[in-house]
Amino acid sequence: MPELLLELFSEEIPARMQAKAADDLRRMVTDKLVAEGLVYEGAKAFATPRRLALTVHGIPARQPDLKTERRGPKVGAPDAAVQGFLKATGLKSLDEAKIQRDPKGDFYIGLIEKPGRDAIDVLAEILPVIIRTFPWPKSMRWGARSGKPGSLNWVRPLHAITATFGLETEEPDVVKFEVDGIETGQTTYGHRFMAPGAISVRRFEDYEAKLKAAKVILDPQARKDIIFADAKELTFAQGFELVEDQGLLDEVSGLVEWPVVMMGTFEAEYLAIPDEVIRATIRNNQKCFVVKDPKTGKLTNKFVLTANIEATDGGKVIVSGNERVIRPRLSDAKFFYETDLKTKLEDRLPKFEQIVFHEKLGTQAARINRIERMAAEIAPLVGADVAKATRAAHLAKADLLTEVVGEFPEVQGLMGRYYAKAQGEDDSVAAACEDHYKPQGPADRVPTDPVSVAVALADKIDTLVGFWAIDEKPTGSKDPYALRRAALGVIRLIAENALRLSLTKVAASALAGLSVKSADAQKLPSDLLAFFADRLKVQLREQGARHDLVDAVFALGGQDDLLMIVRRVEALGKFLDTDDGKNLLAGTKRASNILSIEEKKDKRSFDGAPDAALYSLAEEKALAKAIGEVKAEASAAVAKEDFAAAMSAMAKLRPPVDAFFDKVRVNDDDPKVRENRLKLLNEIRSATRAVADFSKIQD
Amino acid sequence: MDASLPAHMRPERSFQGFILALQRFWAEQGCVILQPYDMEMGAGTFHPATTLRALGPKPWNAAYVQPSRRPKDGRYGENPNRMQHYYQFQVIMKPSPPNLQELYLKSLAAIGIDSAVHDIRFVEDDWESPTLGAWGLGWECWCDGMEVSQFTYFQQVAGFECAPVAGELTYGLERLAMYVQGVDRVYDLNFNGRDGDQKVTYGDVFLQAEQEYSRHNFEYADTAMLFEQFKMAEAACRKYLDAGWRDGGNKKQHLMALPAYDQCIKASHVFNLLDARGVISVTERQSYILRVRELAKACGEAWIHTEAGGAA
Repeated sequence: MPELLLELFSEEIPARMQAKAADDLRRMVTDKLVAEGLVYEGAKAFATPRRLALTVHGIPARQPDLKTERRGPKVGAPDAAVQGFLKATGLKSLDEAKIQRDPKGDFYIGLIEKPGRDAIDVLAEILPVIIRTFPWPKSMRWGARSGKPGSLNWVRPLHAITATFGLETEEPDVVKFEVDGIETGQTTYGHRFMAPGAISVRRFEDYEAKLKAAKVILDPQARKDIIFADAKELTFAQGFELVEDQGLLDEVSGLVEWPVVMMGTFEAEYLAIPDEVIRATIRNNQKCFVVKDPKTGKLTNKFVLTANIEATDGGKVIVSGNERVIRPRLSDAKFFYETDLKTKLEDRLPKFEQIVFHEKLGTQAARINRIERMAAEIAPLVGADVAKATRAAHLAKADLLTEVVGEFPEVQGLMGRYYAKAQGEDDSVAAACEDHYKPQGPADRVPTDPVSVAVALADKIDTLVGFWAIDEKPTGSKDPYALRRAALGVIRLIAENALRLSLTKVAASALAGLSVKSADAQKLPSDLLAFFADRLKVQLREQGARHDLVDAVFALGGQDDLLMIVRRVEALGKFLDTDDGKNLLAGTKRASNILSIEEKKDKRSFDGAPDAALYSLAEEKALAKAIGEVKAEASAAVAKEDFAAAMSAMAKLRPPVDAFFDKVRVNDDDPKVRENRLKLLNEIRSATRAVADFSKIQD
Repeated sequence: MDASLPAHMRPERSFQGFILALQRFWAEQGCVILQPYDMEMGAGTFHPATTLRALGPKPWNAAYVQPSRRPKDGRYGENPNRMQHYYQFQVIMKPSPPNLQELYLKSLAAIGIDSAVHDIRFVEDDWESPTLGAWGLGWECWCDGMEVSQFTYFQQVAGFECAPVAGELTYGLERLAMYVQGVDRVYDLNFNGRDGDQKVTYGDVFLQAEQEYSRHNFEYADTAMLFEQFKMAEAACRKYLDAGWRDGGNKKQHLMALPAYDQCIKASHVFNLLDARGVISVTERQSYILRVRELAKACGEAWIHTEAGGAA
């Protein structure tokens, strides 16, 4: 079956946009093909700095014919109706229509046959629309045509469109169309400097090969593989090791059509700068990789650059040029670092009084004060030294005002640690300067040093309570203050360090420290708790665990100890995986269902203890006895926070519940017996509430 | 590169030869070669030959050197490549020709940058000037990892859509010349391409000026006067704009867009000086930028009602 080759050749497409653009092109073209009845076999899209390319194979040469029936007027209808029908169906006379009988009478039926069109004609119609409506994040106009309305918008000036369609065995046809004065053809161009000439292409196979001969690697993954392999080999050959960096690799592969990897050197004196700062300098400004010495694990004075050209001098000029650019950059970084070291972190703090954190939440200085107070309060709860936690909270934000962090925001925290160490702070205090930002996401490391934990919790809880108080909660996809991440951070800090903490108490205390007064201060801690419950559910779902169990535990009320919630959810999950658990859940639900039906019917609830005198059957008595025992046993276990034991106790309820439903008719003819049995059912429900609200568990 | 040039005029030996080579190259592409605008400004884009001429339907191709004044960037002559005064070479072509990238690469060849041995790249860099109400898409052009030019397709200037779009190139002359001459300190650039006693360096020409102006910009510039000057320039700009509408404000034809725009340039530079003196707070800063932008927009509107701006 025929295949399509499409290439959009332009000036340099921003690296960060290429992957998505290739994907959009594939999706838009194939969706449209399918919508036009052209079901294809496969498609693949590619991007280089100067081109987007797409190949779709196995496209039928023609659309299938379409037959539709159209119901017309009744036989004998007025002429106007008949004429309208003939016009709409394209029939010459009523002789060409069928007559169909249905209960309402005889009707004319017109059969409309729409013959399928050639795929190439369909393509010529859909491709220009896709090009004109392409979803670039930012697009522009250019050239003489931009003087008139309706000119094409593209990411950068578009120069040529190659579009061919045909069978593998034949010379393909050009899919003929024109967009903004650019006519399709089968001519593209090679590497900007090494093979700039025109290339005539037929289909994907020769297109990719000819581009390669013209020094263009079409496939971004292939470019990445080359850069990665060459960079590793080059560094390994000198006894070093490449510092891998996927984000940089993605970007660099979008800046070259023909990657040529080379290694440069900088003066060893710059190794006095922290590794992370060297890396940020070289990575952000120069898009080069850094290299480490495997013996020390520290950076060495080398860097790996990726050029877009095989230079005629073997790359000497390029390497020395890059070295000349990197030198003053590192010189600046060294200067910043050394300047920073001259000022103590605490001496930077007064400046925070001038810096607004949020207009409703006051200055950074006020925020730092709040975090200090909270850190001191949380410290004893997490086993941290109060003085150290206070000191760490006092200094933790100071590095935001250093030159290095001003230049490279991504090393915030880390620089605080370096500067704190340099001025002789305690190790835990220095570590907290960095680690109080952690964990930044589900994959980030969770600090374990109690000082870091105390400051990290204080920082995150202050943020959450503050933004809750001024009603800046996340909505839908909007979470500008990263509050979801902060809440997940709190959850992970507590769960992974097995901390015991009443969240509502901590939140209430944080709230009291705010200068702004929340409209509903009473409700805030419980609102916030519900937000934590949501985050916990999301996290469990992402781990593949049962998130509905969170609801079942939270529904018990009064649950604000995250660690206990997590433990209870875990135990409950395990219990529900057993046969006893499943059956007990089924039994409890059955009891609940019967109860809710009968409660509705009688317009009353069936609370209160059942009357033992009214039990007539052995199963009733057995169940009542079991409930009493299980309730006591499970409550005792819960009190000891032994949730596994509580669940084992619950398991004992299963046989009597099963036997009860097997043998006992709840809706007895004697209303008193009926009421008593319903009360017994209610007792099952309340017994299980010792561990969770079973009605919130999904089947 | 022109092989017939005498040694002291070669772009890789002489800063002035470097500028002349660029001027000659762009003259050959049909640009009018203008001289620097006679006012202080922060970037070559402020020159009316770019800001105003980018607006309106009429074709316009020009190239010129423009001294850039960035009072805050002064370092008393002590930094190897930061200065409060440096040169930009500016090219504007409207509508942007289809081969503007090729022309740019040829211009690099004309100043001694051979694309067979250098790694030249176009790296995304979108340009926006909040004070001019202007934005465009384009790249920073890299040569062996160094940013040597800015390449922009203007989409909007002074709040108006560019129709047609102009292509703008800005070369940082000192930086490029340092690269080509192989020096690491701007003041070591050979200015006139001569040797021995006859050699004049960039430092000979500008070092003292950098020291004096740094003193002025950071320590002595008269802020009371500058605040006053800002207000005066703003008021004058408004006054000329109001007075410039033909037939008493019919808003069909404007007769004083250029003198009004001069006052906008003036206000912008005065603001930069005040900023360097550190007397403008963070919140005020935004409002000053906005005030200049309003002037620029009003001047742009006046301009499109002039003959060169395309008014019928």
